[in-house]
Amino acid sequence: MSATTGKTPQKSGAAGAAQFAGWDSRKYNYFEPKGRKASHYEDMTVDVQPDPKRYLLQDWIISFADGTPTYDERWTEVKSSDWHKFRAIDQEWERTHYQRQSTIVGMISNVIENGRRSGAPKRFDKAWVKTLSDHLGAYKHAEFGLGTSTMQAQRYGYTQMINNAILTNSSYKLRFSQDVTLYLGELALDIEGIDQEAGKHHWLEDPIWQGTRHAIEAVMGATDYLEQYFATNIVFEPLVAELFRSGFIMQMAASQNDFMTPAVVSAAEGDYERNLANAVELFSILALDPTHGEANRKLFVHWFEKHGQLAMLAAHQMQPVWSLPRVKVAQFSDVFDLQKNRARAIAAEIGFDVRQTLDR
Amino acid sequence: MPEGLNLNKIIAQRGMSISDATKRVADLGWTPSYVQEAMTFPTDYKIKKTPRDPMKQVLRSYFPMQEEKDNRVYGALDAALRGDMFRNVQPRWVEWMKLFLAIIPFPEISAARSMAMVGRLAPGEELRTGFAMQMVDEFRHSTIQMNLKKWYMENYIDPAGFDITEAAFGKCYASTIGRQFAEGFVTGDAITSANVYLTVVAETAFTNTLFVAMPSEAARNGDYALPTVFLSVQSDESRHVGNGHSLLMSLINDPDNHLLLERDLKYAFWQNHAIVDAAIGTFVEYGTTDRDKNKESYAELWHRWIYEDYYRTYMLPLEKYGIKIHHDDVAAAWDRIVKSNYVHLTAQFFSVGWPVNFWRIEAQTERDFEWFEHKYPGWYAQFGNYWKWYAKLSEKGQTNVLFNADTGYTYPHRCWSCMVPCLIREDFTYDTVEGKVYTYCSEQCRWTHKVAFAAEYEGRPTPAMGRFSGRREWEECYHGWDLADAITDLGFVRADGKTLVPQPHLHFDDAKMWTLDDVRGHILGSPLIGFRALSDAERVTAAAEYRKGFTINPIN
Repeated sequence: MSATTGKTPQKSGAAGAAQFAGWDSRKYNYFEPKGRKASHYEDMTVDVQPDPKRYLLQDWIISFADGTPTYDERWTEVKSSDWHKFRAIDQEWERTHYQRQSTIVGMISNVIENGRRSGAPKRFDKAWVKTLSDHLGAYKHAEFGLGTSTMQAQRYGYTQMINNAILTNSSYKLRFSQDVTLYLGELALDIEGIDQEAGKHHWLEDPIWQGTRHAIEAVMGATDYLEQYFATNIVFEPLVAELFRSGFIMQMAASQNDFMTPAVVSAAEGDYERNLANAVELFSILALDPTHGEANRKLFVHWFEKHGQLAMLAAHQMQPVWSLPRVKVAQFSDVFDLQKNRARAIAAEIGFDVRQTLDR
Repeated sequence: MPEGLNLNKIIAQRGMSISDATKRVADLGWTPSYVQEAMTFPTDYKIKKTPRDPMKQVLRSYFPMQEEKDNRVYGALDAALRGDMFRNVQPRWVEWMKLFLAIIPFPEISAARSMAMVGRLAPGEELRTGFAMQMVDEFRHSTIQMNLKKWYMENYIDPAGFDITEAAFGKCYASTIGRQFAEGFVTGDAITSANVYLTVVAETAFTNTLFVAMPSEAARNGDYALPTVFLSVQSDESRHVGNGHSLLMSLINDPDNHLLLERDLKYAFWQNHAIVDAAIGTFVEYGTTDRDKNKESYAELWHRWIYEDYYRTYMLPLEKYGIKIHHDDVAAAWDRIVKSNYVHLTAQFFSVGWPVNFWRIEAQTERDFEWFEHKYPGWYAQFGNYWKWYAKLSEKGQTNVLFNADTGYTYPHRCWSCMVPCLIREDFTYDTVEGKVYTYCSEQCRWTHKVAFAAEYEGRPTPAMGRFSGRREWEECYHGWDLADAITDLGFVRADGKTLVPQPHLHFDDAKMWTLDDVRGHILGSPLIGFRALSDAERVTAAAEYRKGFTINPIN
């Protein structure tokens, strides 16, 4: 090529237009895929947050005043031989996240619009309406608390895979807290007497909710980001959140002439299945860590004890809610036993024993 | 059907007003009484006033809107392939995307992380929804950009450099400059980093050159994918600008914050200029093949977006709150671009360093020369000979331009603050911080390191402020290494184990492509190590000599 002709020697810039060293190297080649070949999620995620132990030649170049670097393994008490091993089970990157969130928004909107159009809210049992406004209204704050906790936690993780899984967890929780808020607001358009302030009042004042609020504030106040993620998905969700969503709202609503609320709340159950799968995968890897597994398992037992006690107290304090509906189709003791079994099974899947806390 | 009746009217039902919806959502938060939230990311600012969310958006409307934007982006990428975009794309342009897209996903996701830092600081919950959306937006940007890069890798003639992208990002001297940008969003004082540096300056001002001006140039080079992705990204930025401004307004009414705000606006503006203008200016001016004299130069774009749009309509109005705006720095940045050839010197530096890049840079040609002279009078006298040398030395078998003494180029010092080398030689300066000598590209960068990133500022303790750390001078990492060994260690070698990923030309032909053997035998060195080894008196002399600059020798 002449330096000054301006003529580019190759006419096409398309793949395969010429063959030369490296012409067919068309895969990201700097990480080990979990499976036989890299998933699209892995290509979008792995190594975007760098690590001096991998490719970060010049180390982190800004630190906090005390010398702590931009990312620090010591931001959790958990230790790992390889923080980069974790891959989110739900494989979310932006496109799949928006598709799923948008689908949920559409589903909820359709349920609410069609329910309202058919006059369904006016046929809700009156005692149930008050239960929704007081107690579903209170519960939405718990979801918001978990959303803000995980929003905080997603800053600290040592890899992109961990932080993004916590980030999508936060996105799901915040959306659901808003779903419930707006749903109750829309019910209030059709049902006279719904007090939209009642939920927050019960959240802040009602003894039924003080245990739950304490448990949530303990998650929000934790300074270890993995403790926040653990307490959210391994402790609070099965022992309190699912207890209320599935064990109360979704089981009771139909008998109170309400087909709308279970559909709205069901979205959170679907969200949790994904968040739980991610969390179990991460904590399993850490529990089985060849060097630090034993210490990590002890830490998980400690965290479960700390947050489990608060969650158990929260669940028991919530018990009077099961007496409020006119038609009683679920018993607190039955559903709570189910949820304790659920928590026990989750812990067993990760590799630690929580009977000491649950059987107390 | 009666006249005027349509489906929307049939199915319409009363809904919540937007203001009621946002009010209810903002009421989700409360002040904890059982366990206090820990302020894990501290700030030296005081935030007394509750910020408002100017966008008044809820997640119920946000997610479908974003999905629709995504559908348009991915549809356009499919259409570009069906239309055989890569047949007509300009390789000169796509090669620079190997650098740009290696850098940008990390700053994006860092911005997501930084929302955790401001989310807890601001009193009230209204703006927390705005921060939550920005967090998810940034997750979108990071992964959509990784997807675009993968798409280039799969469809562009030379995938080398895209295939090692995140490994290259961690090792390259040029991507470290971008990391200074990204780490600046998430490290140190939470307001300095996540509000002033990120949203008030980087997103409000410099995303316009990053995400608007640059995609326009992509389109001129047959690349319709970059505008598709980045204009969609930019459409999210208005939300971030709103977040930043709202939090700024909650700080600015407290005079106690003014000193720190002045410090941070000065640091953030200057460093954004130094980093973004170096990189984006080079991509826009030197990555293009379009030499239409009617199009705006980077300098003209800067004047429109940074000077008119940002400085005059965003920064200046802050003065009415009693904030001192550093007009002199804005003027100095402008002068660096139009009088001191900052962008051209950066492009020259990137091309000198081509053997340690992970993308190709081809020589500028007569056609380019004519355009540069038209837009930047005097350009040819300063840079014409250099690019002729570069063209000559791009041929395999020549001594590479980095080590060829015939050209007259002298390798620059690295700026300890912005990480761009000290390219405007007359502005070179140095100072001693905590007993060590450091070099800087400008007085503003010296001030940033020595004065701004310190434990106190003008007598006021600033315990939350960050510090510069790490092996900030890239050259020190390979001091005393043979160039071929350094390239191997960097991983910038193709699958055959000998051909370099970077090439100083666009020949897609093994016979013309440089290998490790072509660059072996030259030893890399750290300018800073040498400079520190001098006595004080010798350093004064060396600095004076450095400030005189160099002249590129004529080429026959």
